[in-house]
Amino acid sequence: MAVGGPDNVFLTKLDAAANWARSNSLWPMPFATACCGIELMATASSRYDISRFGAEVMRFSPRQCDLLIVAGRVVMKMLPVLQRIWLQMPEPKWCISMGACACTGGVFDTYAVVLGVDRFIPVDIYVPGCPPRPEQLLASIIDLQNVIMEKGTLSGKEFAERRTAEGPAPLSLEELRRSRDFLLEKAIEQEQSSQQPH
Amino acid sequence: MSTTEERLKERFGAAGFQTSHFRDNVRFDISSENIQSALAFAKNDCGFDFLAELTAADLLEYPDARNRFRVIYVLVNTATGERIILRTHVDLPDPTLPSAVPLWKGANWMEREVFDMFGIRFSGHPNLKRILMPEEFVAFPLRKDYPLRGRGERHNFPVITRAES
Repeated sequence: MAVGGPDNVFLTKLDAAANWARSNSLWPMPFATACCGIELMATASSRYDISRFGAEVMRFSPRQCDLLIVAGRVVMKMLPVLQRIWLQMPEPKWCISMGACACTGGVFDTYAVVLGVDRFIPVDIYVPGCPPRPEQLLASIIDLQNVIMEKGTLSGKEFAERRTAEGPAPLSLEELRRSRDFLLEKAIEQEQSSQQPH
Repeated sequence: MSTTEERLKERFGAAGFQTSHFRDNVRFDISSENIQSALAFAKNDCGFDFLAELTAADLLEYPDARNRFRVIYVLVNTATGERIILRTHVDLPDPTLPSAVPLWKGANWMEREVFDMFGIRFSGHPNLKRILMPEEFVAFPLRKDYPLRGRGERHNFPVITRAES
């Protein structure tokens, strides 16, 4: 507080003012694909009341949101949609990966389910649980508010510093080897068939 | 012996198919050449007007299996409630069956699913393309020689980082 100023004026850093405003009015984009979506709806209900943390304005258009909540498993056919939604959201934006499936693929370790959305889009907060209780999601929103208060800047330059994908390595060695073997087999087959006299 | 079995015997001969029972299921194994006429006969002459299910199974590593794929048609007579199962078998390299869409329109999506998952083609189908997997997917994932975790298809996406988005 400035000394000697009027009572209804106080001084602060512009970054801190922006962070305070942003962290207390998160607009979530619910990307609910499975049972975590039900818990997400429960979190928004009057029983748990996400609006106590200023994040009650759920919009179903990514253009109006700044917090992507990925709730549920994401299959390979859905991942391009998720990426497009993420790209359509205006800056500054954050992402919560909610539940075991969104974080790691969960029990759905099959050909169609992506092993964690953090391999393909940036994630700020991970919420464990299958599905997480509403209290856990509220705790993650409080955590995200703390992250914004600590690291946020008015121009969002803290985002530009992160140049690599977060989370685990995008390919597991075992699957790399398997796909390489498959491609090799295919190439050998093609070569053999092309060598045969017609 | 059910009357349906007698009528099928009349139509296709006792050697034309094999009958087996499991609990209260009656199953008729028919060759893939005769399956379309058998389905038409069941629908038009025996009153099986509802195709309840059309699915397939991969018999790779199945004990005593002589063919690679089994395609299963479950038919229901909605007037009497009678239910029969017709089965036929197809093999690689070109598993093809006549489509059941001219008989039951409901076979359309079920045949597309069988094509998507097993790669069995249905000749005469009006729109035989993948129904569940993406169009650019190359494999048939319910074949037993396809690995459960895939061949890396689920990793084949661009990575979006903070600096780019």
